Amino acid sequence: MTLYFLCLMLFCVGLYGVLRKRNIIKMIVGLGIMEYAMNLFFVLLGYRFHGRAPIDAKYQDILNMVDPLPQALVLTSIVIGLAVTALIISIAIRIYEKYGTFDITKIKKLKG
Amino acid sequence: MELYILLIFMICAAIVAIEVKDLLSSVIAVGAVGFALCLAFLILKAPDLAITQLVVEILCLIILIRATINKDLPLVIEGRWIFNTFSTLGFIAVFLLFSWLALKELPGFGEPIMAVVKKYLQEGVSKTGSVNIVTAVILDFRAYDTLGEATVLFTAVIGIMAILRRPGRKK
Repeated sequence: MTLYFLCLMLFCVGLYGVLRKRNIIKMIVGLGIMEYAMNLFFVLLGYRFHGRAPIDAKYQDILNMVDPLPQALVLTSIVIGLAVTALIISIAIRIYEKYGTFDITKIKKLKG
Repeated sequence: MELYILLIFMICAAIVAIEVKDLLSSVIAVGAVGFALCLAFLILKAPDLAITQLVVEILCLIILIRATINKDLPLVIEGRWIFNTFSTLGFIAVFLLFSWLALKELPGFGEPIMAVVKKYLQEGVSKTGSVNIVTAVILDFRAYDTLGEATVLFTAVIGIMAILRRPGRKK
């Protein structure tokens, strides 16, 4: 249970970065940290004490494996996270070209 | 025990990544978090995830460095400092409250439920022919999931091209 709590603390650090920082790159970094924390949380949920990796081998008990289902879904999630990060960064590069800054309080042309 | 050390290291590196002034140092610190996560996956008996995380982390770092290099700007924190900090802490407190309520319902660490996956484990080799159960799940039992992942990837690539493309001049 302590591990779950540490994982939540990592998520909270990322959440603080997203909500509090004004630099777009810092917000992207916070988003990435939240994503890492969620992936780690799912894999932690599937861990089994004295389990082994979900790969078949001879003369081994098949039910002694860690849970492969969270691992398969997190594998999908990691790759999607890369796509999301690349998309956000391309938007940030465009914002920098247009406004010359990463500071979100200086980007004022969208204000009504 | 190694997991505790790794997680505490990850939290420290994340705090450094959020708080440091230099943008390039921030990106390097988040790279440290990602590689520590790769080690944690290895300890948690998920070798496929560790490999994928390693590759994705390197790509992510390259893209982030491309965005931040030569664009280092000093951060100014001004105005409404108290309001911003306290509203952020309020959000985090609400999040922690709900997560505490949810954590009570979860199984303890090291004893997963394994309700769905028992069937996959027993029939995985005979039905799919794959020795690696993770590959059997993502490419056979849940292949539509992978199809959706490929769709998301191509959509993201189209989005990036649409954003970064410079319209050519007509002659």
